[in-house]
Amino acid sequence: MAMAALRREGRRFATPLLSPNPANALRSSLVPYEEPVLSGVRCISTQVVRNRMKSVKNIQKITKAMKMVAASKLRAIQTRAENSRGLWQPFTALLGDTPSVDVKKNVIITISSDKGLCGGINSTSVKISRALHKLNSGPEKENKYVVLGEKAKAQLVRDSKKDIELIMTELQKNPLNYTQVSVIADDILKNVEFDALRIVYNKFQSVVSFLPTVSTILSPEVVEREAESGGKLGELDLYEVEGAETKGEVLQNLAEFQFSCVMFNAVLENATSEQGARMSAMDSSSRNAGDMLDRLTLTYNRTRQASITTELIEIISGASALEG
Amino acid sequence: MFRQGSRFLSRASTMRWCRPFSTDLPAEAAADSNFVEAWRKAIPNVEPPITPSSFMATRPATPSSIPSKLTVNFALPYSSELSGKEVDMVIIPATTGQMGVLPGHVATIAELKPGVLSVHEGNDISKYFVSGGFAFVHANSVADIIAVEAVPLDRIDPNLVQKGLTDFTQKLSTASTDVEKAEAQTGVDVHSALNAALTG
Repeated sequence: MAMAALRREGRRFATPLLSPNPANALRSSLVPYEEPVLSGVRCISTQVVRNRMKSVKNIQKITKAMKMVAASKLRAIQTRAENSRGLWQPFTALLGDTPSVDVKKNVIITISSDKGLCGGINSTSVKISRALHKLNSGPEKENKYVVLGEKAKAQLVRDSKKDIELIMTELQKNPLNYTQVSVIADDILKNVEFDALRIVYNKFQSVVSFLPTVSTILSPEVVEREAESGGKLGELDLYEVEGAETKGEVLQNLAEFQFSCVMFNAVLENATSEQGARMSAMDSSSRNAGDMLDRLTLTYNRTRQASITTELIEIISGASALEG
Repeated sequence: MFRQGSRFLSRASTMRWCRPFSTDLPAEAAADSNFVEAWRKAIPNVEPPITPSSFMATRPATPSSIPSKLTVNFALPYSSELSGKEVDMVIIPATTGQMGVLPGHVATIAELKPGVLSVHEGNDISKYFVSGGFAFVHANSVADIIAVEAVPLDRIDPNLVQKGLTDFTQKLSTASTDVEKAEAQTGVDVHSALNAALTG
């Protein structure tokens, strides 16, 4: 009598329960279609979730650490960038801001970072550089790139390799200083012929906003030509020039000094933007990892709860079957 | 009643102080309109980049009468020593000789040589030793001085200067190549200028 009841109960429960224990000879004999794959499925699912939780937690730790590093670097470099902002203003006041100047040999200096994981600042400066190239292209015009930083190099080499004149990387291996930047500026001046240099960089505004900026530097000959023809630089002729024998010589020195000063500020601003962008990118990714971890924890707990409930049902039903 | 009135007046005056913030950055006006137009025509789907002039406060126009003070901006790569400071006179070590700049000075571009830059403000005179750079004097009584390095004169050690001077003089006499000679000459120039600044 009891055996018959057990058999009845067992048949009713065994099918949906997916017995974890194939050693239960009674039940396995009762359910002939049970597949061996399904055995222990419950354990595996929690194991998978647990593994994913562990990896997400590790990723979150890494992104949090990177955010901290970026934040501390940002604080150091931000003050330096802000202090260097006084440096280019006198030049702009004297020589004007002439992005629309029409000259033959344009050199576009793209400043980017060496490392990735810093949002879209590198692709922005590459996009602006390409657009400047397009804007200034035409018959009898020459456009060349000078690339600073690994990331812009990777993007520009793909489609405009023949236009790249000079590539410099590992700018930020040592902390940036004026001497280092003026050596770079000197290298560029020696190796590249230009009528106008256009420096493309990201100006730091706040941790979340960067302004793509173009600074224009004219060669001494173009400055003289523009000053004589009037227009924006017309006022330059009113200035008395003291120093070397000729005006051209002073203008040459002036243009070189302007270039190094503007470059210094541009490199610092871009480095600051890089750290800021990295900080906000890492912040959002650690937040994403946290969200994901929450979801996974929920799934994990739900699965665990379900398995406990199932086990309880098994025990209770078994017991009640024995009683009945 | 008058107490209330004074409070109202003071509030009005503070409000007037608050106002200029909205016009702090004349961003759109200062940018090069030709450039922005050409950009919009050639590349319509990318916003035109910012140019440096939009970050700069516009310089004042040349006043009709000579102002009583000179506005000085003194910038170094790592700091702005003076920014928009109103002083009586500056003496600039130009390559052609010491150049005193008073308000209403004729517009000038001058190269600097290593020497003493002194800023006169009433009875206060602050002296810096600058290593070289440029100075622009604008017609509107604004002087911009840019130097690669500058230190207040009282922070220089006279003993080290003497030592450096003898070192470089020795190097100059033993230098064989042109590069070495030029380097030693620069060292001698800087140190003798420092020496002259300290003793003179």
